[in-house]
Amino acid sequence: MTDEQDSKPEHPTPMRRPGERLPAKPEGGKTPGVMADVAALAGGLKTTLSEFFRPPVTLEYPEDKSPRSERYRGRHYLRRYDNGLERCIGCELCAAACPVGCILVIAAENTDEKRVSPGERYAKTYEINMLRCIFCGYCEDACPVQAIVLGPEYELSDTSREKFIYTKEKLLEPLPPDVEARLASKPASAPHPNPLPEGERGKTLS
Amino acid sequence: MNQIYNDPIGHWIIVTIAITALLFTVLTATAYTVWFERVALGRIQRRPGPNRVGPFGLLQLAADGVKLAFKESFVPAATDKTLFVIAPTIAVAAAFLAWAVIPIGLWYNVQYWIADINIGVLLVFAFSSLNVYAIVIGGYASNNKYSLLGGLRSAAQLISYEMSLGLALVPTFMIVGSLRLRDIVEYTVHWGWYNGPIPLILLTPIGFVIYLISAVAETNRAPFDLPEAEQELIGGFLTEYSGLKFVMYYLAEYVNMITVSALAALLFFGGWYLWFVPPVLAFFIKVVLFLFLYIWLRGTFPRLRYDMLMRLGWKVLLPLAIANVIVTGIILVTTLG
Repeated sequence: MTDEQDSKPEHPTPMRRPGERLPAKPEGGKTPGVMADVAALAGGLKTTLSEFFRPPVTLEYPEDKSPRSERYRGRHYLRRYDNGLERCIGCELCAAACPVGCILVIAAENTDEKRVSPGERYAKTYEINMLRCIFCGYCEDACPVQAIVLGPEYELSDTSREKFIYTKEKLLEPLPPDVEARLASKPASAPHPNPLPEGERGKTLS
Repeated sequence: MNQIYNDPIGHWIIVTIAITALLFTVLTATAYTVWFERVALGRIQRRPGPNRVGPFGLLQLAADGVKLAFKESFVPAATDKTLFVIAPTIAVAAAFLAWAVIPIGLWYNVQYWIADINIGVLLVFAFSSLNVYAIVIGGYASNNKYSLLGGLRSAAQLISYEMSLGLALVPTFMIVGSLRLRDIVEYTVHWGWYNGPIPLILLTPIGFVIYLISAVAETNRAPFDLPEAEQELIGGFLTEYSGLKFVMYYLAEYVNMITVSALAALLFFGGWYLWFVPPVLAFFIKVVLFLFLYIWLRGTFPRLRYDMLMRLGWKVLLPLAIANVIVTGIILVTTLG
């Protein structure tokens, strides 16, 4: 501890008291000559010229896009079962999980005449305010039937605020096929494979 | 041809046509200099530069021009409106006037100029000095501290470098014995078997180096762009300017850049003479190479601190230029008797 306090800092503080002189330059230190300066300038010019002849490293955005992760969280989709029924059962867990409260779900009862989802209820209204959404993906985690997922699209700009309220019709648009295929490989009844070994399960998760 | 030229009305017709053609050429050249700069700077920074409007982005400047022309002509409150409007006009007028005396070699023994006067180079410098007024008046009239600081910096910088710029060329005039740009280009030597024009850089290499550095400072280009200094002064004297008035300053800067490049080609690299290359192409190649040099410098060096700029101007370039004049004088007197 004392050693550290005694040793001088590597960079002395630039603040000087009035009248205090500049610290003396270290002995034997040679000031670089004009030729060294010119060589340094030439070195800089050489660097920029060599970069000039190398290909650009940028992507030309609207044509070339940088690859997204498989798990990229873009715009939302509401999924359907293969028989055409909606997955959403109107449980509002997504709305409860949403940190910014951008999801509005109004549920209605399924009847035998009008069956929209396989469960008791379905979402009569399902709206997401995309201007509020922070794309955290908590709604996807909360959903017990994997009805809502975040797709790969990220170019969501539009021309009016109203267009950012995504209604159920818009959210029910079919997912890109590759994303749908990836999600279908996971069974809906087991959303998260339990990471713990067989004997340990009850202890931590109950 | 001579008969028409000596006739007063015919003379004016020819001069008017010449001015129109030159104005068109310089404006087009300016537009493509901006494009060239943006692409070259982009390549230095490993990006493509403008490439959206037209093939290779060649129409980018048209798009920018239209955009700027339709912008509101904004004049800040509590400013001297007359001076505020006049300042950019001075800049653009001074920049174009310098081209009145710059000759362009079109073909063998065919040259193009508006005025072939015997104080050509002096006139170019006279007009380029007018640029100080444009910047100082613009900075003062903006009623903005950043603009004023930019204007003051510019005044000090241009005055400091004007002297070394002028003195750098004195050895050339001493050797050639004329200020007429055409005479300087046509300067021929008789060295043994060789009998013809030579690039004067062989005789005045130090003058060329001083000219090159001073010319960058004189045109307010990086690394001597202290009047603008985006990071410290927002935009210096340009801060309050927008729309067409901004275009005028912008235009003036690039015209000045082409002017000093053309002058460097004419004074030091034999103008339109280049081995077997056709004259107009030779002149074009030389000017483009100098323009590239300016862009290259801008892409490489950080801006100088103000005291460094002044030290370089007064303590290095000016004494060097004076010594160059004296040494050239001594050599000329001793060799020519």
